[in-house]
Amino acid sequence: MSLGPDSKLRVALIGAPNTGKTTLFNGLTGGRAKTGNYPGVTVERRTGHFHTPKGQQVELVDLPGIYGLAGRTLDEKVAIEAITGQIEGETAPDLLLIFLNATTLRTHLHNVFELKALGRPAALVLNMMDLAKRDGMEIDIAALENALDMPVIPCNAARKAGREALMQSVDALLEDAAVSANQPRKEITAGTLKTMQRDARSLANKVIVREAAMNTLTRQLDSIFLHPLIGPIILASVLFFMFQAVYAWANYPMDFIDEMFGLLHTQVRGIQPDWLGSLLADGVIAGVGSVLVFLPQIIILFAFILLLESSGYMGRAAFLMDELMRRTGLNGRAFIPLLSSFACAVPGIMAARTIESERDRLTTIMVAPLMTCSARLPVYTLIIAAFIPRENVGIFNMQGLVMFALYMAGIFSAVIIAFVLRKTLTKGETQPLLMELPSYKLPGLWDFTLALWQRSWVFLRRAGTVIFAVAIALWFLASFPNSEDGIRGSFAGMIGSVLEPIFRPIGFSLETVIALVPGMAAREVVVAAMGTVYALQGNEDQVANSLSQVLQSAWTLPTALSFLAWYVFAPQCFATIATVRRETNSRGWTIFMVSYLFALAYAAAFITYRTALLFTA
Amino acid sequence: MSKKRKNLNELKPREAAKVSGFSRLNEAMVIKLREIGFAEGDEVEVLGRGIFGGTPLSVRVNQTVIALRLPEARLVEVDS
Repeated sequence: MSLGPDSKLRVALIGAPNTGKTTLFNGLTGGRAKTGNYPGVTVERRTGHFHTPKGQQVELVDLPGIYGLAGRTLDEKVAIEAITGQIEGETAPDLLLIFLNATTLRTHLHNVFELKALGRPAALVLNMMDLAKRDGMEIDIAALENALDMPVIPCNAARKAGREALMQSVDALLEDAAVSANQPRKEITAGTLKTMQRDARSLANKVIVREAAMNTLTRQLDSIFLHPLIGPIILASVLFFMFQAVYAWANYPMDFIDEMFGLLHTQVRGIQPDWLGSLLADGVIAGVGSVLVFLPQIIILFAFILLLESSGYMGRAAFLMDELMRRTGLNGRAFIPLLSSFACAVPGIMAARTIESERDRLTTIMVAPLMTCSARLPVYTLIIAAFIPRENVGIFNMQGLVMFALYMAGIFSAVIIAFVLRKTLTKGETQPLLMELPSYKLPGLWDFTLALWQRSWVFLRRAGTVIFAVAIALWFLASFPNSEDGIRGSFAGMIGSVLEPIFRPIGFSLETVIALVPGMAAREVVVAAMGTVYALQGNEDQVANSLSQVLQSAWTLPTALSFLAWYVFAPQCFATIATVRRETNSRGWTIFMVSYLFALAYAAAFITYRTALLFTA
Repeated sequence: MSKKRKNLNELKPREAAKVSGFSRLNEAMVIKLREIGFAEGDEVEVLGRGIFGGTPLSVRVNQTVIALRLPEARLVEVDS
């Protein structure tokens, strides 16, 4: 059905979750979609383009994984609608590439039967052949091809050679693919599935020449990681070690970057005319620099999360947390979106699409912003560095302990709020858990580095754009019309004065309030804003001091603790709020989330401030 | 060894068994169990269980490992 080089053909990737669809998609289209070793990484439809060796233009559609056509979760529905041509303004794809993990051929072959029954032109991609070979598995490809009456392409989509071989076959497939009429979809019942499974199992018996030994490494690791007693201890240690590492390992590179910006600030401040020197030094360098200092921490945190996601441990963490999650009324799977939210709440909220029950999904979305995201890291670190002594408590770093406590505060309040929501607003039955646990895998060094760079780049780019702009805007607002009598005479001071009374009961100074306003857009912006505001106020001796040293003298301990408590809860992120609006499709829920989080933030900060005052008075 | 009919949740750890059928109580859930990989004749083995009340369970089905909770495991009938 080749229609000439100008026409574009649409090829869709479909099949069980975690079978390598997105890896192939990224490899062929140069895309940068997130991949990982747990079911449910891809939750939306994504398209990209590539040319086959013969020059045929192909629009490639990457889809969330499905085990069959009975899927009811949002991500599964998207996939099913896309391959059956039910998405508005779109025809069904010209070719389906049905993915199957070769090592689990016996268990999942009936999924191929189910998809084949749709009657669309299709080919089977038998992916992860390298793993099958490693486990000693042998498959009679020709017999499989014959019985399925469909081309079967053994493949290893993670390698370039594997993808190229696949592309060669796609050319042939596109020419041969017979256009058949859409067959009416039969209702999937336990009975029809039973027949399909029986046929699939008997075919598997025929084509599997030698069965794979079950991955012994995975089995041995699971007997430790999923051990009822040792497993949870390891999970807690992994998370604890992660936060300690973020703290301890990042110290030296951060001090170094901090000193570099200090030097740069002193140099640039001397530039004439004086206002220009101030704009560049107090605005740009103090603002952007105070955020960039945190890059080492961000990289270490992202590296840990990436390792958890790509090794296969994520599913195990969900397994271990299931009972606790069940008692709060959530699903163990909800732990995956929540753990993802440690990096950023936005993908975390989207990952909630894999949760079947709408109530569970809503509850997960409502509490996801309580997970300590990476944007809070600079704020926490800055305040901790200024007010918590750099001492060791036993073998632990005291500052790391405080950081861990802040993370725990987020997690515990999420658990409590989820529990309350499930008893009130999102009341309903407890949902089932059914999740495949993948084999453990060591991520490739190159893929790991690339993914780490991509995620860190997002942080860098934000420092270069949003934070850069805020720093400059704030410099103007804080310098004019009158900077003679300090910041109070400036535009920023006037705006801040209006809000000041609201925040006085929780101990925030005028400077803090001014920094909070742009900080509503994104959490780490507050650090840049304070960098600029305090740099403008600084006298000559203070100029080269880092922001944390400035805060040490400008703030009291109760104010610092109150600020930390505020940041555990306050929903200061436009991106998160917009995502919640889109994913819940409800203004009511969005407003509810923003209000309850601000209310909690204010209450927590108030209690912390008043308590701390009692102790320090 | 005599064959005994049980539910999946009654298997002891490391005890191998074969799936013999499914409960008729919850067809929607049985469809899901089938789609994710449980079928008559499949070899199953309980690999591990949670610390509280033995839930969730991690179960090997042929070469695949699937995690599920007690109520779902009760729907799978096995011969051991």
